[in-house]
Amino acid sequence: MKKYLTMTALAAVTTLAATAMPAQAQDSIYVPLLTYRTGPFAGSGIHIANGMHDYLQMLNQRDGGIGGVKIAIEECETGYDTKKGVECYESTKGKNPVVYNPYSTGITLQLIPKAAVDKVPVLSMAYGLSAAADGTNFPWIFNPPATYWDGASVFIKHVAAVEGGLEKLRGKTIGLVHLDAPFGKEPIPVLEAMAKKYEFTLKLYPVPAAQMQNQGSVWLSIRRDRVDWIYNQGWGAMNPTAVKEAVKNNFPMDKLVGVWWAGGDDDARAGEAGAKGYKTLNFHNTGNTFPVMQDILKHVIDKNLSQAKREQVGENLYNRGVYNSMLIAEAIRTAQKITGKKAVNGEDVRRGFEALNITEARLKEMGMEGFANPMKITCEDHSGQNKVFVSQWDGTKYVKASDWMDPIKDVVRPLIEAEAKEYVSKDAGWPKRAVACEKAS
Amino acid sequence: MFYREAGQFKKSYAADMAVFPILQDRIGIAVILFIAAVVIPLTGSTFFISSVMIPFLVFSLAAMGLNIVTGYTGLISLGTGAFMGVGAFACYKLTTIFPNVNIIIWIIASGAFSAAIGAAFGLPSLRIKGFYLAVATLAAQFFLEWCFVRVPWLYNYSASGAIQVPQRTLFGVVITGANASPTTRYMVLLGVVVLLTWVASNILHGRVGRTFMAVRDMDIAAELMGIRLLPAKLLAFALSSFYCGVAGAVMMFLWYGGGEAADAFNIRQSFNILFMVIIGGLGSLIGCFMGAALLNIVPIILKFGLPAIGIAVASETAEHLNHLLVGGLIIFFLIVEPHGLARLWQITKQKLRTWPFPY
Amino acid sequence: MLYNIFIDPFMQMGGAPDLLVQTLWEGLVSGVLYALIALGFVLIFKASGVFNFAQGIMVVFAALTLVGFHEKGVPAWIAVILTLGVMYVLALAVERVVLRPLVNQPDIILFMATFGLTYVLIGIGEFIFGGEPKQMITEQLFLPRGAIDVKMLGGRVTFQKLDIAAAVIATVMIGALAAFFQYTRIGRALRAVADSHKAALSVGISLNQIWAIVWFAAGIVALITGVMWGARSEVSFGLDIIALKALPVLILGGFTSIPGAIVGGLIIGIGEKIAEFYWGPLVGGGIENWIAYVIALGFLMVRPQGLFGDKIIERI
Repeated sequence: MKKYLTMTALAAVTTLAATAMPAQAQDSIYVPLLTYRTGPFAGSGIHIANGMHDYLQMLNQRDGGIGGVKIAIEECETGYDTKKGVECYESTKGKNPVVYNPYSTGITLQLIPKAAVDKVPVLSMAYGLSAAADGTNFPWIFNPPATYWDGASVFIKHVAAVEGGLEKLRGKTIGLVHLDAPFGKEPIPVLEAMAKKYEFTLKLYPVPAAQMQNQGSVWLSIRRDRVDWIYNQGWGAMNPTAVKEAVKNNFPMDKLVGVWWAGGDDDARAGEAGAKGYKTLNFHNTGNTFPVMQDILKHVIDKNLSQAKREQVGENLYNRGVYNSMLIAEAIRTAQKITGKKAVNGEDVRRGFEALNITEARLKEMGMEGFANPMKITCEDHSGQNKVFVSQWDGTKYVKASDWMDPIKDVVRPLIEAEAKEYVSKDAGWPKRAVACEKAS
Repeated sequence: MFYREAGQFKKSYAADMAVFPILQDRIGIAVILFIAAVVIPLTGSTFFISSVMIPFLVFSLAAMGLNIVTGYTGLISLGTGAFMGVGAFACYKLTTIFPNVNIIIWIIASGAFSAAIGAAFGLPSLRIKGFYLAVATLAAQFFLEWCFVRVPWLYNYSASGAIQVPQRTLFGVVITGANASPTTRYMVLLGVVVLLTWVASNILHGRVGRTFMAVRDMDIAAELMGIRLLPAKLLAFALSSFYCGVAGAVMMFLWYGGGEAADAFNIRQSFNILFMVIIGGLGSLIGCFMGAALLNIVPIILKFGLPAIGIAVASETAEHLNHLLVGGLIIFFLIVEPHGLARLWQITKQKLRTWPFPY
Repeated sequence: MLYNIFIDPFMQMGGAPDLLVQTLWEGLVSGVLYALIALGFVLIFKASGVFNFAQGIMVVFAALTLVGFHEKGVPAWIAVILTLGVMYVLALAVERVVLRPLVNQPDIILFMATFGLTYVLIGIGEFIFGGEPKQMITEQLFLPRGAIDVKMLGGRVTFQKLDIAAAVIATVMIGALAAFFQYTRIGRALRAVADSHKAALSVGISLNQIWAIVWFAAGIVALITGVMWGARSEVSFGLDIIALKALPVLILGGFTSIPGAIVGGLIIGIGEKIAEFYWGPLVGGGIENWIAYVIALGFLMVRPQGLFGDKIIERI
């Protein structure tokens, strides 16, 4: 036994010590991407991984990186598994990473307490813990451009707009079909608060992960309860099944609204002709006509530097990845501006995020006019409660189906602050904000 | 030659029945403990300690728990993940209700809650046997998994349904929460594991362990010999769940540090632990460690070790390879030695004893 | 409380009989499909005593192969034949590489080996087809789409044509397999093997051959299951969880009984849908996952070997 153990231990030490060695090269900015191209959620994960990777790769190819410094991109496969995600984090954190994208609520929850200790910001773009939008208590976590709670409030606003005013919500039944996990349960507090305020009935339809592809009884219950609107907080294989079941049960598709993660092109395609009209929240446009997309096609896809197929560029989740990487790149750029350094580190990029302000002019400069809306993050508000719109599936692609809408800030923000306080109070050792506030540049 | 017991005479019954009757074994165990407690904390990188050693110890503990009921008593259980979850949630509730009591006490105490639940779900074992029982324990797995999500009291009504591990100290040193250094957590965990292994070894080498094994080998025969089956089987379930519960508690508090707890204790976790027990060797304590080491370390070496030695593979290709190789290894080891790594180790010892002669 | 548990659900059933019929129909369809998966398990368990955990991943693998061939431009029907060929090769390989070296080992070791097989199949599948989910080729396989709305009992009951087809195909499949094992030479050999390996060997039945055949039969069952579930949802690696639903069916019906698998499938399928639909809301829903096991456990307490399982006789 001793021989066996020492041998394994020695072998492991030698191989693993090497991986954990910090990369000394300061001529590049190291951006680890925690992605998943395997497992039950790969269907959504692959497109996002491609988008994230391709935008950064495009910057490397076109501009030679950001501010003249190359970006070292490394993907680490998590399989949407928390354990593997944390392994990825531990194995890459020695290489001087500037930001982490966990791409799973479970992994985000793991990294939230670690971020302040290891001094690397976590960008959980429009996912993760909604309460982390409170910058005072979570200085290292960023979840722009909007939280799940903002999203749920925009959904209610959209319902009101279609029904003809917030007062028309009274007496309506609104259902939430959600994955039975922390991710799926995120919007519940906000929907409950609004159900009380606007006097509609809220019905919850949890879908356990093991039942994702077997939702028959959920949709039967929806039929029984005569639900007027459905908000779908689903992910992976759950979404195409939900769309199919909705079509099957003759649920009016234009009253089925998915959270932004339930907006994969494959999700809607599953419903075939019947899925026409399916809606999803969004904060960026689809299509590959934008100059930035053309650059990706030219510099990355045509040079065979991507795993994405040409026709996938411009799909909703691919563009989501691009948007995500744009935020990373802009935060790095802002950090370079603030600090005057070229090779920034995690602490600098945290300041970059806090001062992030993407204006109309900047969007145009990046070739993203019409692709995204101007957005900013402040020291107190790490999500920014930026505007969101509703996309609709026209049978082949998502098209913009509403104006940019502000979240219902006066309902959401107090909830965020209360929940953040609650989170912090539960943890006796939670560190006080130790970093200074950054002024917008 | 290398492993001779010649000249080591036992002078009492107790000495003959000792767990490590041979000097070489005692030296071996001392060396292992020395490496585990001194060398690794001093030389291991953060990644090695937090992503290799800590998971390894947690899984060893859980495997030990499952081995008590499956390896020693012959009752297959597929509810290990859920019983671990019970421990984790019990520990979380206890430490939030009574924050002033030392966390180590709660980690051990949470095992008791798990033991009670485990014994309750062990009741059908009296009537149901074999694979029927295995599937019946899945009822525990799915029901408890559902409770972890659906009973908000368990996670203190947090909006996200996740649990947060608060900061707790032992002798003034922070051992849980984000501020605890991996080395500290490793040392505490090592202490818990060594203590519980010692306890398990004593229980299993004694009357209780022999009762379990009699039940495993043939429960009707055991009953005829005067062993009462109900207490014996329930005790096996309770003891097993106790170990699993403690493993779950340390998993959440010393390894994960909170997060999406229900997801960590799902059915795949149960199967994973079962693999470890079978690959390591049913009815063997050393086997638990070997199985946990193999199934925990091999994937990590494949994922992070290959790039480190210069073989560049895309991250998802590594994952596919990983599946292929782990699956292949399982089949390979089963074919080579169906009784597990522990048996392989025994054979090796035998070889070492007689080397260079064949007999 | 008591009213909510014992009276209200029945009032609802009476109040909206159309929904009750719809629920029963949903339960029936999933029940038949569960029965089909359970059948895959039973075939292998009967012939070789192996509890085949890999059945779930075989479902995914077969469906992926089918769609994969079709994507390469192979016509649907040839793709089906090619997929069957792949499943046959898989059966031979499993028999040769996994089962033969492990012959005469304890059940749990064989069970474990099928776990290893699961991993290998996941690895191969992802290697070849990638992790992206795929759409099942329903049109090309002439599976009907659309629905039939029937006005009855003061409401409307929708029968999906795909579900009807699934139920019919699964029933035909189950009948065909049952007949095959009842009336053919190989079927008799299989039953002989199930009774006693040694006796079967002594009258000249080749165990290896029988094992390859049952694994192939399980492969066919997997393909059909994959097509059906794939059409209802999508073909992805998440689909293997569906196979776990066959486990309560198995303990309810008995590991060794083909009629058991069918009856068990129907009881579980209908039982869980009714429970989820009428009693689920009382506790917040999502109970479908474990209620099946509770139903099965209830039966097991009365009959420890399942409804139709062989009676366990123990001797010292």
